[in-house]
Amino acid sequence: MAANLPTQAQVQGGAGVTEPGVSHDEHAHHDEHHEQSFLQKYVFSTDHKVIAKQFLITGIFWAIIGGTLSSLFRLQLGWPESTFEWLSPFLGKWIEAGKLNPEFYLALVTMHGTIMVFFVLTAGLSGTFSNFLIPLQIGARDMASGFMNMLSYWFFFLSSVVMFSSLFIETGPAAAGWTIYPPLSALPQAIPGSGAGQTLWLVSMALFIVSQLLGGVNYITTVINLRTQGMSMSKLPLTIWAFFLTAILGLLSFPVLFSAALLLIFDRSFGTSFFLSDIYIAGQALPNTGGSPILFQHLFWFLGHPEVYIVIMPAMGMVSEILATNARKPIFGYRAMIGSLLGISLLSFIVWAHHMFVTGMNPFLGSVFMFLTLIIAVPSAVKTFNWLATLWRGNIRFTTAMLFSIGFVSLFIAGGLTGIVLGNAALDIQMHNTYFVVAHFHLVMGSSAFFGLWAGVYHWFPKMFGRMMDEKLGYVHFWLTFLGVYLVFLPMHYVGIAGFPRRYYAWTGFDTFSQFADLNKFISAAAIIAFFAQFVFIFNFFYSIFRGRRATENPWNSTTLEWTTPVVPGHGNWPGAIPAVHRWPYDYSKPGAAEDFIPQHVPYSQTQSSNLPYEKEME
Amino acid sequence: MTTLGILLVLVLLLVVFGLLFRLQILTSIFSGSSAREVGVSNRVNAILFIIFLVVGGAAFAWSFIDNYDKMNPPIASVHGHATERMFWTTMIILGIVFTLTQILLFVYSYKYQHKEGRRAFFFPHNNKIEVIWTLIPAIVMAGLVFAGWKEWTRITGPAPKDSVVVEVMGKQFNWLVRYPGRDQKLGVVNYRLIDATNEFGFDLSDKNGVDDFVAPEIHVPKGHPVLLKIRSRDVLHAVYMPHFRVQMYAVPGMPTKFWFTPTKTTDEMRAQTGNPKFNYELACNQICGRGHFAMKLNIVVDEPDDYVAWFGQQKSFSEQNPDVLASFKQKSDKLVEKESAASESAAAVVPVSAKASL
Repeated sequence: MAANLPTQAQVQGGAGVTEPGVSHDEHAHHDEHHEQSFLQKYVFSTDHKVIAKQFLITGIFWAIIGGTLSSLFRLQLGWPESTFEWLSPFLGKWIEAGKLNPEFYLALVTMHGTIMVFFVLTAGLSGTFSNFLIPLQIGARDMASGFMNMLSYWFFFLSSVVMFSSLFIETGPAAAGWTIYPPLSALPQAIPGSGAGQTLWLVSMALFIVSQLLGGVNYITTVINLRTQGMSMSKLPLTIWAFFLTAILGLLSFPVLFSAALLLIFDRSFGTSFFLSDIYIAGQALPNTGGSPILFQHLFWFLGHPEVYIVIMPAMGMVSEILATNARKPIFGYRAMIGSLLGISLLSFIVWAHHMFVTGMNPFLGSVFMFLTLIIAVPSAVKTFNWLATLWRGNIRFTTAMLFSIGFVSLFIAGGLTGIVLGNAALDIQMHNTYFVVAHFHLVMGSSAFFGLWAGVYHWFPKMFGRMMDEKLGYVHFWLTFLGVYLVFLPMHYVGIAGFPRRYYAWTGFDTFSQFADLNKFISAAAIIAFFAQFVFIFNFFYSIFRGRRATENPWNSTTLEWTTPVVPGHGNWPGAIPAVHRWPYDYSKPGAAEDFIPQHVPYSQTQSSNLPYEKEME
Repeated sequence: MTTLGILLVLVLLLVVFGLLFRLQILTSIFSGSSAREVGVSNRVNAILFIIFLVVGGAAFAWSFIDNYDKMNPPIASVHGHATERMFWTTMIILGIVFTLTQILLFVYSYKYQHKEGRRAFFFPHNNKIEVIWTLIPAIVMAGLVFAGWKEWTRITGPAPKDSVVVEVMGKQFNWLVRYPGRDQKLGVVNYRLIDATNEFGFDLSDKNGVDDFVAPEIHVPKGHPVLLKIRSRDVLHAVYMPHFRVQMYAVPGMPTKFWFTPTKTTDEMRAQTGNPKFNYELACNQICGRGHFAMKLNIVVDEPDDYVAWFGQQKSFSEQNPDVLASFKQKSDKLVEKESAASESAAAVVPVSAKASL
């Protein structure tokens, strides 16, 4: 096993470069040190930790953009009668006589969804933590291919540049919803955003998918091949199981989105009719016949549904880890947790058409997908119960990461339960595309995944930057956000039950939807306040990188391998040999042990007082 | 000037926050609380969780009750009553689970907050418990699936043979309505024939289409099954009629359908809601462009007799647009002659045949 070599063999370029100002033991290969240029070290780096930080900071950038867009359309929804002349310095021609342009409103919604789902919660979350934690927690010096890993980030960067530029073009960015259903997304005659904006969207997503695949292949390979001595699959931290399965989901489903995007590009530019048929638009009958818009939806949701698990599973993994660490208690039902992750991964591929119950799809298919969809609630329920049981009789420290993890569980329950309504085809007839759906997925995948992301950042910040984030500011950030999320999304369910359709610029044209003007104001105000609360986090994050309290090697008294590295691990992660692993990652508060945690690399022979009967044989 | 003032105030506020932040750090260093592993804030957070549970839970319950009446659009279809019952039954089950799990989450967080000298209970797994809490959700889900599946098959099953047929066609940004006329058969349409007059793309060389009529709103009789045939001529739209609990996409190139039975006339609903201006509304519920949010159509539910009377007053499209008819006539003189003869002879019996269709 290559991973066991006590050398720097796997490290490309300058091995074991240490961060300035951080001292640790001299290691055997001192003569291999050479200075890396700034470009090599911070820009075109092949070090998984630097790449992780690149993903994180790009993700934060995108989250600010995505949040700003949502504040803009919430202004419109809360105060549909107001004029927004004061926004014209920022939005220019998209403010028409003081009113937000309705097509630009749709563009805002579209880009908010695209940015949050793909650029923040896929790249920013999974990209950051898969990169950062996989090698550190399995005991590897770096990813299987550092170069491919670097490409993965730079493809993401390119994709970001293309998507960002689409915000500024004359016809506006893509505006057909983040699901870009054709024919709307295929025909610039239907909406101007489907012109150059949609082209850039598709190009950007194609690059994004390349980035995901490069990353995913790397994560999978690394987890399979580069585990350190003793790190069997049944000793992996749940984070790694989550990242591993997430990468598999991405690898199997993103190519299908690519095919959908490709066919759409053909329909848009080369006159094919994959998704177009019998269309009369802008005074003209189009020649396309025989295509099916529903086919696109099948292709889209074949990615789109696993995608929500791609977003949530890394968060689940990190939350499991953080809950156990801070409750000072083993995660309850380690194997059941892995089993439910496997179950969710498998089922996530065969539930996609529950997004399409009322599209005219054969009702029999609807029945099948309803059945499969409601099964997936079972592993999710098991995970929730296991998290609760982990807290039971723990000894809980409320670090900021822990608060966000508890918040995650709360939001995951709140949002997950309503999925049972939406997965029921008979009930989805009424609820489909209403604000009930918006409230549901913003809680269960949007906010929950964000909470997982924040929990991860607060928890692993010391290992990333060698400093601690400020706890007090963290508490302020958590409480404002937690309260804000509930104040936004709980009332949104009422609006949804009343049947308010999503992606509406205003509901004022309908008597049926006239009753919740005040509630919508309230939601908008809460959303905008919660958005501004995020600047507390952003300040804390950047301030702490430079001025935060210095961290110790293992500030949370955690058991996993990343905490055995120096305060700021260099390229290659461990200055000496990679530690071998002897036990599972959750030996917290073991009876008879000297401390309330036993790290994974401590052999049973050193812990005879706490070994369980079956462990005695391994001493 | 005011902008400058506001900016100045904001900057000053930021400076004050910055100073407070530094002060907070310094005091925590001097008091030594930054060195303690678990400080006072642990207790504060634990208490906040309990406050959040109690106050938040109460606020949620209050706001839910307060808004309950507003969030249920009155029901006006047979299947709507069934789905509504199922919806609230499901919500009650979910509400119970929600309440229990949230209480456990926050109470455990409070109760098992860090205490000096205590050790957590080493309890890594228990297969019996795992099996129990796998089986219970599985059984509950099985019940919900079964109920949902039965209702879904009933709703999406074939429409009764004697249903009133109405065709709705979505376009950017309004709805077009077509009725099959006396012969109860919708004529062939072809999107290539669409123009400003012939918005449906009537192919009047098909004799079934000659008596079809278009209407500015949907009229349906109370207590009688209605089969909506749904089409789109440009992008995706969705027919969404919240009061009837009806929703179905309008897909270009793929006609869809949905049948339902209205249970209350518009007048009855006006009396029930106390709103004399009440109208059943059809909304577009699939993003379709600039006018998506204003793509509305009114639906009128009549007493059966009124419906028959209304039906009898309608003039067929071909009758209203003789030019269009003539253009088809030129194409196939012989065929159209026959049709117009048929439509003239049938004109006298309109109310009867409409009644027969009920």
